[in-house]
Amino acid sequence: MISFTLNGKETQIDASPDMPLLWALRDELKMTGTKFGCGVAACGACTVHIDGVPTRSCQTYLGDLDGATVTTIEGVESDAAKAIQEAWVELQVPQCGYCQSGQIMSASALLAETPKPTDEDIDTAMDGNLCRCASYARIRKAIHRAAEIMEA
Amino acid sequence: MRLIDKRDLMPATRAMTTTRRGFLTMSAGAAGGLLLGAAVPVRGLAQSGAQGEVLVTPFVHVMPDNTVLVLSKHLDMGQGTASGLATLVAEELDASMDQVTTDFAPSNPEVYANTAFGVQGTGGSTAMPNSWEQYRKAGATVRAMLVNAAASEWGVDASEIGVAEGKLSAGENSATFGELASLAASQQPPEDVALKAPGDWVYIGKSFARVDVPQKTQGSVGMFGIDRQPEDGLVAVTARPPRFGATLASVDATDAKEMDGVLDVLEIPQGVVVVAETTWKAMQARDALTLEWTEGSGETRGTDALMQEFRALLDQPGNPAEPKGDAAAKLEQADKIIEADYVFPYLAHAPMEPLDMTVLFDGSSAQFWGGSQLQTVDHGTAASVLGLEMGQVQIHTKWGGGSFGRRATGDAHLVAEAATIGKAWLDAGHDARPIKLVYTREDDIKGGYYRPLTMHRVRAGLDADGNISGWEHRIVSQSIAKGTPFEQYMVKNGVDDTTIEGIHPTPYAIPDLSVDVHHPDVGVPVLWWRSVGHTHTAYVMETMMDELAEAAGRDPVEFRLSYLGEDARLAGVLKLAVEKAGEAGPEGTYRGIAVHKSFGSYVAEVADVRLREDGTIKVEKVTCGVDCGVPINPDNVVAQVEGALGYGLSSILREQVTLTDGEVDQFNFPDYMPLRISDMPQVEVHIVPSTEAPTGIGEPGTPPIGPAVANAVYKATGERVRSLPMSQHGLA
Ligand code: FES
Ligand code: FES
Repeated sequence: MISFTLNGKETQIDASPDMPLLWALRDELKMTGTKFGCGVAACGACTVHIDGVPTRSCQTYLGDLDGATVTTIEGVESDAAKAIQEAWVELQVPQCGYCQSGQIMSASALLAETPKPTDEDIDTAMDGNLCRCASYARIRKAIHRAAEIMEA
Repeated sequence: MRLIDKRDLMPATRAMTTTRRGFLTMSAGAAGGLLLGAAVPVRGLAQSGAQGEVLVTPFVHVMPDNTVLVLSKHLDMGQGTASGLATLVAEELDASMDQVTTDFAPSNPEVYANTAFGVQGTGGSTAMPNSWEQYRKAGATVRAMLVNAAASEWGVDASEIGVAEGKLSAGENSATFGELASLAASQQPPEDVALKAPGDWVYIGKSFARVDVPQKTQGSVGMFGIDRQPEDGLVAVTARPPRFGATLASVDATDAKEMDGVLDVLEIPQGVVVVAETTWKAMQARDALTLEWTEGSGETRGTDALMQEFRALLDQPGNPAEPKGDAAAKLEQADKIIEADYVFPYLAHAPMEPLDMTVLFDGSSAQFWGGSQLQTVDHGTAASVLGLEMGQVQIHTKWGGGSFGRRATGDAHLVAEAATIGKAWLDAGHDARPIKLVYTREDDIKGGYYRPLTMHRVRAGLDADGNISGWEHRIVSQSIAKGTPFEQYMVKNGVDDTTIEGIHPTPYAIPDLSVDVHHPDVGVPVLWWRSVGHTHTAYVMETMMDELAEAAGRDPVEFRLSYLGEDARLAGVLKLAVEKAGEAGPEGTYRGIAVHKSFGSYVAEVADVRLREDGTIKVEKVTCGVDCGVPINPDNVVAQVEGALGYGLSSILREQVTLTDGEVDQFNFPDYMPLRISDMPQVEVHIVPSTEAPTGIGEPGTPPIGPAVANAVYKATGERVRSLPMSQHGLA
């Protein structure tokens, strides 16, 4: 039995310690906001926060999570995340939307850490999040916009 | 048309198995006379929680709670189609945008055919053009029925009734759409309806928020097929042969079958299928299979061997497309001749949502859930695989997590495989359960259906005055349409239109142009990939025009314009993009331009490219001029152009699928490398104001980016890049 805090709730899961968190979320807990894109930490679609740090859940194993605090797109509600989501809607960032849970998780972690990111900060923090629809130009603008919203 | 009550609002599940219950027979003339006696399955209503009476037409339902539901006959895979169609309806219905919701229409080619295809399906950037009249008329029809209902209720003349923002009013009287829905449902739909003049548009041409965006910032819960997890649902993954066309020799599934959560291992013609309780368990069990394959008639050539064969074909005359003038004679007389060969690799679409399709087959009916892009082809294929009538099968279209063409296959292989699994499951003695067939990224990258490997050879002449004097063009590429239901329309005299589009025809007034093609047979499945033939034809045409302009000592813009006399709209976007890009790009950048017409739309792109010290390039800025007729939602046009050029840029920088002895070399995103945010230029999109009927915008932004960047690279390095991706040349 593995215990961790998931979106603010104590969660226990009876599954193999080598099960990736991604599949524990999607298959076992039926939380499908976190997406499967590659399974090999190369696309960022599965990004969640573990103890506040954006992390690829497809390469994070349940066995390493005892006592950790996990936040997914379903539960993210920091000021940074709210600003990001608001800016995402305002600038109409998503196209197909499939990558966007991961984008939002990475972007909100960036903003929590760096309230006024430069383009370079954004490129560095977001480079692991693929968007096949190439919504990147709007992601960049929306992160700047979210920084403004946070400041206001 | 009749009133329906809640008892009729059953999900298609039951509707399908209960003869005609749950189907409404539309009266002749419904929706502006577009439909005659077509049976429309009522779907999506039971889940909506609607109470009481609903006004139902094929494309628009008005709910008692005042919601207007627009049924999208097209797949929305991120291109904004569902929202666009909702806008067309809202415009003519005078609805408030806030009351409009969307759902996907059921599969029914009689009602929901793409008028450009004759079958239900999405592609070729046709979604808005083919729906432009149809969905506006659908909105106007419902409006007229609501107005007539109000007129009879209030005892006033229809002409006295005003409609705005989802409300009807006349003098003291007013009502919402929802309040009048049931009464309106008993009104005879008008034979024909007038549409608004462009000057009266409230929504069309204005930027507005898409219906799907808020949900897509909250985890997209319930939208994608891959996220569906019905109570008793199972997951299937298939072990497929490592070479296209190879077949199974033997399988040892002992270990896999013993694994926790594995329900069965099934052999089907496509491979060996693990059916398990969950995705993770299915994937693990697949890894535990011991498999041997026989080559059979499978493809064993590698990319090098294929290229050698393609190159040899470049020396042989191919099947000619209709020639213009006499290119050979003009080349004889030419002052200078430029000759060049080009190589374009196989490309994977790699939509972010890996392919998936859920099947529920009970022996006498079947349902499918997934991002179906050619519903009629999927539907027909499923029926034939399962030995059912069309009426016993339904396809429930889900939002597509990207597609770029990948979900539109002429052989409906995904649905066929899901259907085969559904049947094998039942044949193995199990009870019917929903089974979701899921691709991993490796299945996707290695799975074929690529943009074809393509070679071009161009011989173009210039006369002493610097004008084009003869142009011979040969293309070697697998035919995409051959062997599919589209062959009869797309292949003429042995020439697949999707191979030559963009070169033949070309909007450039090149008087002497001959194009011929070879379509070699290769065992690698190929498919349309965002903008199809234009992905390579625009690259060749627009880099060659640049090269010719330089050889002629002429300005590249002036040179192009001199051949665009006949095409004011293409000339218009070129001038617009060049003007908006200004004198020069960001400091230290080199500039390249390209202009191309595809899918009825006109796009010019000016790329400002920096050469880094390590020899790689960074595209800093792209300025676009776009003419797509009426921009229904200008902000979405901008988004589509940004995305389309990003997709094209991605492909020219680092994307390629190669084969060694018939096996695909790449496996996942680490080695099939798409564009990342650090590669993305700043993009400016300028739209030409227009009242012309709208043309496509999902694809036309893709073709010009490659040649625009290549032309800039030439200025930076003096090298013409004639084989892609650019990473092969150290440029990315
Ligand atoms: S699914 Fe985890 S990074 Fe791609
Ligand atoms: S919005 Fe489609 S992959 Fe990012």
